[in-house]
Amino acid sequence: MPKWADVLLVPLFSLVIAFAISALVILAIGEDPIRAMELMVTGSLGSTYGWGYTLYYTTNFLLTGLAVSIAFQAKLFNIGGEGQALIGGLGVALVCLFVPWPNWWTAMIGAILASAVFGALWAAIPAYLQARRGSHIVITTIMFNFIAASVLNYMLSHVLRPPASMDPATARFASELRLPRLADVLEPFGIAFSRSGPANVMLFVALAFCVLAYVMMSRTKLGFEIRAFGQSEPAAHYAGISAFRIIMIAMLISGALSGVMAVNSVMGGPQRLVMNAVEGAGFIGIAVALMGRSHPIGIIAPALLFGFLFQGGSELAIETTIPREMIVIIQALVIMFTGALDNLVRQPLEAMFALGRRKS
Amino acid sequence: MDLATIVQILESTLRLATPLLFTCLAGLFSERAGIFDIGLEGKLLVAAFFSAAFAFYTGSAWLGLLAGIAASVVFALIHGFASITFRGNQLISGVAINFLAAGMTVVVAQSLFHQGGRTPPLSGNARFERIDLPFADALRDVPVIGPLYSNVLSGNSVLVYLGLLAVPLTWWVLYRTRFGLRLRAVGENPAAVDTAGVSVVRMRYYAVIIAGVLCGIGGAYLSTSLAAGFVKDMSAGRGYIALAALIFAKWRPWQSLVAVLLFGMLEAIANRWPNLDLGLITLPNQFMAALPYILTVVILAGFVGKAIPPRAGGEPYVKER
Amino acid sequence: MIADVTGGAAADAAPAIELRGISKAFGPVQANKDINIRVRKGTIHGIIGENGAGKSTLMSILYGFYRSDSGEVLIDGKPTQITDSLAAIRAGIGMVFQHFKLVENFTVLENVILGAEGGALLQPSKARARKLLTQLADDYELSVDPDAVVEDLNVGHQQRVEILKALYRQANILILDEPTGVLTPAEADHLFRILRGLKEQGKTIILITHKLREIMEVTDEVSVMRRGEMVATVNTADTNPSELAELMVGRKVLLDVQKTPAQPGEVVVSVRNLQVIDRHGVERLRGIDLDVRAGEILGIAGVAGNGQSQLLEVLAGMMPGTGTMTMNGKDMDLSLRRDNARTRREDSIAHVHEDRHRCGLILDFMAWENVAFGYHDRPEYQKNALLMDNAAILEDAKGKIERFDVRPPNPMLTAESFSGGNQQKIVLAREIERNPDLLLVGQPTRGVDIGAIEFIHKRLIELRDQGKAILLVSVELDEILSLSDRIVVMFDGKIMGERDPEQTNAQELGLLMAGVVGDSVTGDAA
Repeated sequence: MPKWADVLLVPLFSLVIAFAISALVILAIGEDPIRAMELMVTGSLGSTYGWGYTLYYTTNFLLTGLAVSIAFQAKLFNIGGEGQALIGGLGVALVCLFVPWPNWWTAMIGAILASAVFGALWAAIPAYLQARRGSHIVITTIMFNFIAASVLNYMLSHVLRPPASMDPATARFASELRLPRLADVLEPFGIAFSRSGPANVMLFVALAFCVLAYVMMSRTKLGFEIRAFGQSEPAAHYAGISAFRIIMIAMLISGALSGVMAVNSVMGGPQRLVMNAVEGAGFIGIAVALMGRSHPIGIIAPALLFGFLFQGGSELAIETTIPREMIVIIQALVIMFTGALDNLVRQPLEAMFALGRRKS
Repeated sequence: MDLATIVQILESTLRLATPLLFTCLAGLFSERAGIFDIGLEGKLLVAAFFSAAFAFYTGSAWLGLLAGIAASVVFALIHGFASITFRGNQLISGVAINFLAAGMTVVVAQSLFHQGGRTPPLSGNARFERIDLPFADALRDVPVIGPLYSNVLSGNSVLVYLGLLAVPLTWWVLYRTRFGLRLRAVGENPAAVDTAGVSVVRMRYYAVIIAGVLCGIGGAYLSTSLAAGFVKDMSAGRGYIALAALIFAKWRPWQSLVAVLLFGMLEAIANRWPNLDLGLITLPNQFMAALPYILTVVILAGFVGKAIPPRAGGEPYVKER
Repeated sequence: MIADVTGGAAADAAPAIELRGISKAFGPVQANKDINIRVRKGTIHGIIGENGAGKSTLMSILYGFYRSDSGEVLIDGKPTQITDSLAAIRAGIGMVFQHFKLVENFTVLENVILGAEGGALLQPSKARARKLLTQLADDYELSVDPDAVVEDLNVGHQQRVEILKALYRQANILILDEPTGVLTPAEADHLFRILRGLKEQGKTIILITHKLREIMEVTDEVSVMRRGEMVATVNTADTNPSELAELMVGRKVLLDVQKTPAQPGEVVVSVRNLQVIDRHGVERLRGIDLDVRAGEILGIAGVAGNGQSQLLEVLAGMMPGTGTMTMNGKDMDLSLRRDNARTRREDSIAHVHEDRHRCGLILDFMAWENVAFGYHDRPEYQKNALLMDNAAILEDAKGKIERFDVRPPNPMLTAESFSGGNQQKIVLAREIERNPDLLLVGQPTRGVDIGAIEFIHKRLIELRDQGKAILLVSVELDEILSLSDRIVVMFDGKIMGERDPEQTNAQELGLLMAGVVGDSVTGDAA
């Protein structure tokens, strides 16, 4: 099977199957899948208001998808994006609340650095345990997701909660720290964009990270070594590539990227840290990475797709009786068909291509 | 701390440990056969929902239990289909199953009951009743043993006792029967089983189905015994705690019981004292909630006895040339 | 010369196994082509052939791992469908695989009964098996502690468990695939005694091997396979090793390398008292002393598994050891606290790993990336401090591919898509063209077609003639004999002696390799 088919057709067919099953589910609960699709499209892509949310979610998924991808490239399954992003959010909140930033962009840089460090540190322990003690990183990162939730819960209800408030959340950040939204960015160019959507400059930061990651993976020694290690650990050892170093670096980068996602969802969103600041984006990163074949540029389209699903799903919940959780089902099906059942799609495709070659 | 408090804590420990126990044993069968199962959470959740829904419609907790088991087994078969038949990634399949359950239960619940992803509250025969063990009343006044027997052990749902029986039964099946020998072998070296003329695929399907049944009972217990109905995300990470307990127990049945009782007790203590004052320090309940995971990481790190998983775990079996 | 002995003499009794016209293809590769063979009851029948000749495929068909594309299998004269392992077992076939199929943390008893328990409960099954094992142990010198855990047993005993498994299932036909590859000569001799005992009891044994000595020692008849075809079946008594070797390879003497006498120069690498204990606590090297000089090829002969792999890995910085190693007069850190495979490359040591699939290449990488692999941090491959110069690597790869005649000459193909010989050429191009002062080479022609073998040998001699030192490890004695300027023989982690290739022969080396004789005290090859 040619490479383009593996990269494009397999995820595409998987997606079609996932959507078809989702349509059946919608039918089964007595709704019209075509109308549902229309609602989702108009709700998320039909107006700049919709785009403002779609791209906001896309930003989250770009960063978590990238995080999972970098780890995947080193053959590490970082399922801990959720926890790393939560702890990253803690970093964002701390620097936004306690550092007197002069303006939004210094604050953003400070928040990116803090969240990256916090996220990376949260990934560092599972990484170290994998590299030195052989503890299965999937299990440890799962455990660290729950520990992160407890840490955040404690911090929000005991330490960072304003005394007068009952909400487990931090105080609102200073209004100067509000990140410019797409409307602000596009205004100078004469493009009118809705002011209510939370999509903000972090979208460009996330895209820049994708490009940087692409350059790193394909053009630097580190990227070469991460890919080599991911393909064959014994060969990497033969080449003198240190397993410890690669596991640590790949996981630190992965954790940092997950952490940075919180800059978007905390500074760009509600302007304060709340318990569900991550909203499952860490897990959606897995689906995004699987669909994008762990390629830093390849994940852009699936991140947009999930942004669309997320926003469209919210609209669906408002307009119909289909609850928001419908998108969780779609997400599950996408993960299942692109990640675990990809042979179901790949084998017939391979057979078809083999047949085609024989005939020609 | 007086005896009454201790009894209370123990009673709630046993109740909270029961869903963990079923789920942990489910994971044990699956992982001992070489199929990693991080989809325990999802199976537990889907079983909880279908049990509650069927119990509500039929008014029978037992029919609810059957429905829960059926739903859980269907999810187990999806996992088997992906990871055994199609040799997919078992971890990714497990993640997908958890999401599928999280989404499916709410969507279906909303469509059926329009109560924001819940089932209506269950009452009467739609819940499992408490069973009094023999002589519970007679022994109640005997010091120490009395309260332990009459209040802790007695007066629980039938599923609690089923769970306690499942432990020796699991041990016996695993170590004393042909089925158990083959099951363990298939998780250690499937090639050995295959060349001995036994179907690896069939053994692994048996294992995931058993896991489905056990998760089904655990889920039914959650919604028709521990609680009175289903609410959104009611498994609340118990599938993962069970997974942690399984590692803590190093994939062995009796140790699983010990682990789930320990983790159940942590939950009971956290519920009883949101802020546990130990004199020198006060432990917030968040710490208690995180403790099972922290303990498991410590075990995984191999600082306190190495937890070695079944050797063929997570690897799809492919015949070598 | 080659008589079909199976046809006439034994026609009265049906053969234990008869294969008629078996063919099997994997994609474009024809692994078995119209194979016909008759194995007489109560004999030891050898099947010999080079790596990749199709022996293992044939046996996998017999054991139900693969279905043949055509042809039929007859057991005791009856056509039998062998659809899976169970069918093979029912037909009375037992198989001892090269890589044992044992559950390592089970006891011997549990391994033996697995799949043949005879009842739903284990206790009675175990009691029955225990009794039978004692009896088998007495009958065939097959004593193993039934309660021992398999991973605690040495390989020889583990192999006995495999044989016991087959006998417990009442196998009448026992197939052994390369059974001595992992055994010491003493263990191998013991195995042969067991096999003879089994034969006397009327069992039929098929011995698959590529070692001539074994064929000559224990078999009654021998079939030779070459490139998927069965080229001959002869009476062992009527043949000799050189005839068999010729049949295996398909032409008279192979491997006659043209080379001038070596001009050894300075000592390039010097190793003293090198010791290695592996991760499982097994002593792999027990005090190796050796020197390799500029302009010579030092060949290391030995049965696989006697420490040669570890020797190469230690010198290449992949595995820690103790002792001393000096390279061009510089002390190397054998503990690998400071050194690793990369620093060794910087010290002008290149390494052609014996396992190119696992270590030498990244199969999913393209050829051009593999050409840089291990040297990817070299300055000539960098554009600046941050970025690699992929264009420069590609250019370099094109040149290497051309000079080493890699086919197809397309650097954009993944390593996986090349044949074994061409993969090896990619590895050699990468390592040799670095002009290393010392080249470590493991099994350079394993799984490589004849044409590529000659090319590879020529390149090695060329490098030697440029005054470089080469340490060559190979289990192919012919290769060692024809390439080396000096030969040392390793056995059980020690050097048994050194020989001049001009003044020794396979027989003498064979004795050293078997550990039967060794040179005096130190075994110093310096």
